Amino acid sequence: MADLSVKVCGVDFKNPIIPASGVFGYGREYEEFFPLSELGGIATKGTTLHRRTGNLSPRIAETPAGMLNSVGLQNPGIDHFIETELPWLLTKDLTILANIAGSTPDECAEVAAKLDDTDVHMIELNISCPNVKQGGAAFGTSCDMAAEVTKRVRQATKKPLIVKLSPNVTSITDIAKAVEAAGADAVSLINTLLGMRIDINTRRPVLRNNVGGMSGPAVFPIAVRMVWQVANAVDIPVIGMGGVSSGRDAVELMMAGASAVQVGAAIFTDPYAPVKIVEEMNEFLDSKGIASVKDIIGTVQPW
Amino acid sequence: MKYIQGKYIITGKEAIARNIYSFEISCPEAASLAVPGQFVHIRAAGHTLRRPISICGINREKGTLRIVFEIRGEGTELIAGLNKGGLIDMLAPLGHGFTLSPDFGKVILIGGGIGTPPMMPLAEYYGSKAIAISGFRNSSAAILQDDFKKTGAETILCTDDGSAGIHGFVTEPLKELLANGGIDAVYACGPMPMLKGVSALCRENGVFCEISLEERMACGIGACLGCACRTKRNDEEYFAHVCKDGPVFNAEEVLW
Repeated sequence: MADLSVKVCGVDFKNPIIPASGVFGYGREYEEFFPLSELGGIATKGTTLHRRTGNLSPRIAETPAGMLNSVGLQNPGIDHFIETELPWLLTKDLTILANIAGSTPDECAEVAAKLDDTDVHMIELNISCPNVKQGGAAFGTSCDMAAEVTKRVRQATKKPLIVKLSPNVTSITDIAKAVEAAGADAVSLINTLLGMRIDINTRRPVLRNNVGGMSGPAVFPIAVRMVWQVANAVDIPVIGMGGVSSGRDAVELMMAGASAVQVGAAIFTDPYAPVKIVEEMNEFLDSKGIASVKDIIGTVQPW
Repeated sequence: MKYIQGKYIITGKEAIARNIYSFEISCPEAASLAVPGQFVHIRAAGHTLRRPISICGINREKGTLRIVFEIRGEGTELIAGLNKGGLIDMLAPLGHGFTLSPDFGKVILIGGGIGTPPMMPLAEYYGSKAIAISGFRNSSAAILQDDFKKTGAETILCTDDGSAGIHGFVTEPLKELLANGGIDAVYACGPMPMLKGVSALCRENGVFCEISLEERMACGIGACLGCACRTKRNDEEYFAHVCKDGPVFNAEEVLW
């Protein structure tokens, strides 16, 4: 049994696997399958200052080796999270990344300030949601805006701050450097890639929002490339995600430079995916005689 | 325990109409948990998303569930290619089912096309108290009529082209039955225009009506919020989710 524990920004994770924000709600639905304590952490559903109803349906479309979603940050609001979901989650013995979003830097900062007095372990600031008209990816696609919102949230909280980056940019390393300079303690990437499908019989987009975020195995090579580039460009930890569906994928993303790995769409295919990935990582490490998963982080040897 | 996921043996497979298949699946635990109106979420090899399919039969003694589904695309085609004796990867039972009452004297079950299968567990429950109205494109698309009769339910068949039964929509016999009175509940599943028509008739007649909806879905258990449906709760608009709050909704709650 290899040592699977990792540390990100001084925060301990018993293993590197974290269900990604948006696929896992606040965890309750998946406790029917396995104890949440088997996970390294959880990135909770993106939560805003006030309740949001989200976009009209259809919000989901399948794509080759992946899917599109345009949920649009439907969530019950941060007060509900703090009062109802967080106390329950805190009893579950896993590291909690509270994912937050907002339409303005002020709103993001206000949400972060509310979490500052709670026992969440880390804040993951979403500046990359492709499905909302204000905020969301609008923050994440400009270095100045990304830095501005990061700075405001940084001032609002002492919690370790992870900024979740959009891949829908010309240079993700520039955005990563901008948020690092603005006070981010870590970055997580990649959020979904903006995509679209059209029903050729009706000539209507499949998604009611016309466009949506693409995820699933199809985006994995892009995630590997971006994690590798960002890990080489910044001095803060990188949490990797994007199409991870096996222990081998998770190992690959860590070799690219990720200190921990989030799992998203794979959970829709197999609800047990995160715990299977933990087991598979352990098998891989044992088969190679590697004592600690920390020993593989960033160990890719580029040509 | 509310739902489970695993691989289960297909104990029966039958093609019951063009591109429509009936599977019997041995899954004692899921069968013991399932109630009429719930659905199962089936993995199609190589696809990211599972396919939600309504439950057509619950046999607790045998420990089986029956599903009847139509090939709609690549995913359902792959599932239809599975064979008796093989394994099916299923997450079940899911969703919120129909409201059943032993006090109801007479109920109407309305199925439109591939919306007909979820009416079968209701027919099993109500037996001769049920009138099953089914609508199909034509006679060759008609399914489950003998199955309904075996439960003791009265059957009324409608086809769009008049090739079998009544030439017309299911709302025509429904209108007559409601006008005659004595109906305690109407349950329906099928295309949205049909459900809208059924709901309107029930409202006019003051009859309790539940409808089963479908929507593009990802997790199937209420976590991802993908399958939103506009509903009204306490006079406020609320985006409910077909997989967890539904698929069965009170017709009065749905905003069309």
